[in-house]
Amino acid sequence: MSEIALAARGLNKSFGSLVVASDIELTLPAGARYALIGPNGSGKTTLINLMTGMLRPDSGRIMLDDADITELAPEQRVKRGLVRTFQINALFPHLTALESVTLAVCERTRAVRTWWRKVSAYRLEIDEAYAILSALSLTAVCHRPVREMAYGQQRLLEIALAMATRPRVLLLDEPAAGVPREDSAELFKAIAGLSREITVLFIEHDMELVFRFASRVIVLVGGRVLVEGTPHEIAADPQVRAVYLGRAMGKAAHG
Amino acid sequence: MIPDSGSRLSGAIMRPQDPASAGAPAAPRDYLQAQIRWRWGEIVFWAATLLPFVLTPSYLVLASQIATTALFALSLDLILGFCGIVSLGHAAYFGVGAYTAGLLSKWGYSEPLSGLIVAALAAGIFGYLTSFIIARFRHLALIMLTLGLALLLQEIANSASWLTGGSDGLQGVHTWPIFGRFRFDLYGYTAYTYSLAVLFVVFLVARRLIHSPFGLALRGIRENATRMPAIGAVTRGHIRTIYTIAAAIAGIAGALLAQTTETVSLEVLGFQRSADVLVMLILGGTGRLYGGPIGAAVYMVARDQFSGLNPQYWYFWIGLILIAVVMLLPGGILGGLSSVLARAKDKL
Repeated sequence: MSEIALAARGLNKSFGSLVVASDIELTLPAGARYALIGPNGSGKTTLINLMTGMLRPDSGRIMLDDADITELAPEQRVKRGLVRTFQINALFPHLTALESVTLAVCERTRAVRTWWRKVSAYRLEIDEAYAILSALSLTAVCHRPVREMAYGQQRLLEIALAMATRPRVLLLDEPAAGVPREDSAELFKAIAGLSREITVLFIEHDMELVFRFASRVIVLVGGRVLVEGTPHEIAADPQVRAVYLGRAMGKAAHG
Repeated sequence: MIPDSGSRLSGAIMRPQDPASAGAPAAPRDYLQAQIRWRWGEIVFWAATLLPFVLTPSYLVLASQIATTALFALSLDLILGFCGIVSLGHAAYFGVGAYTAGLLSKWGYSEPLSGLIVAALAAGIFGYLTSFIIARFRHLALIMLTLGLALLLQEIANSASWLTGGSDGLQGVHTWPIFGRFRFDLYGYTAYTYSLAVLFVVFLVARRLIHSPFGLALRGIRENATRMPAIGAVTRGHIRTIYTIAAAIAGIAGALLAQTTETVSLEVLGFQRSADVLVMLILGGTGRLYGGPIGAAVYMVARDQFSGLNPQYWYFWIGLILIAVVMLLPGGILGGLSSVLARAKDKL
């Protein structure tokens, strides 16, 4: 692995007396496929919120490539290539899938600044949006309002919206949340198929998926990084077994 | 949210499409182009705006006021219907436009078209300045803020009576003939032609705007403002832009009223005007561009008729209509119409 794509240095955050991030150190090498796991309430989504700027840390720095982005607004981080998806669908219910992704592309190319030309005149933007939808096999439903799309398709659209921003680092918050188990592997195959130039960190509860698609695993407990290692190291780690994985690891070992 | 049939992530969407649906979706650009096409209903609407010339020539003065108010409601629709900014003080920009046009005329320059442009600029600048406050808030806070701004402005206009004439209104407003040829007549013939033409031109601009990439971003803000930053959108910048544009259009509407009635009073800045336009827009249906004009027409014709029937208690009937529309047609008149049409289509 070569240079560092995203790093957190000594991140702290608390709400009153509740500590949600405590001295978090994190390093994602470029092109990595990392999983972030931990029991409910261990601060996984909070960590994504901190890194993408939706929350401000009390102290600590966030580095994208070599630049300090701690002070940047969420949209500025997106423009620099740090992009996330949401655990609970955060889509545009009355826009169609094509309109949604075209919007995201137009935000990137700054076409959104023009208000005197028709959207349909933006050939390149529309074609790019269509290509993204096509890569995720969403073209058959791309003219349907998002709220009428099947739930699994909406999960894919979450990823399509992120792809439209041309991310260099992608933080996926439970991309398969709510998707039936037998289908979530398919969804992860789509994620695994993303260009290796994109660095990916994903939150996932299903250990089987974590083992199949992550090269390294970070375990978060009570807002702290408990341990980091390869899936096999994590599986063998007695600490991890003790606090979190006891039953799930047993299942994964069989699977 | 989740449709019950096919709610699973079916295998088909992860693999190459099945042949039945593969050819179905229209080419993306054609599809988006088709969204923008003029519909029959729109052509009928604009044709109907010419009917007062033929059917009710004695009501052209009212028709002119309706066209002016329709323009005002259209400007509110741009921020409320397309961006979710609830305003109870939109009359502030209407009033700035009205006083700008009125003062220009009082100081000796009464050319109507350039008067509109100057009024639009003045209201637009005021809109731009206030947009920095507006863009930082949402929902209920906006109602209070916009209301507060309009009240402030009205009291400033009231106390600056050396400029505005205070509660006596602005005296000495006249309007030169349009293009130096068409005089404003007692019957409102010129006034309605003029107001309707301005409404139509501004409507075309607004229609183009909402079908532009910027318009798409506005719909994105309405649909999910918190998601927008996550796709790299500078939401506040978008809100400032549309707020400024809406303020300029409201200013044009105000200037139209000043020019066609040749009076400006403090009422142009009043709470009543802000509340009325909001009611008209909701009555017609928000986020459809036509809701404002249709709501303005229905509301003002009803008010005219009811006050003729019973000069004392006519607000009773207005109240009854409002309650009926909200209860029976939650999306306003246009929302109701479109759901009726959708149901009829399903039956065919």
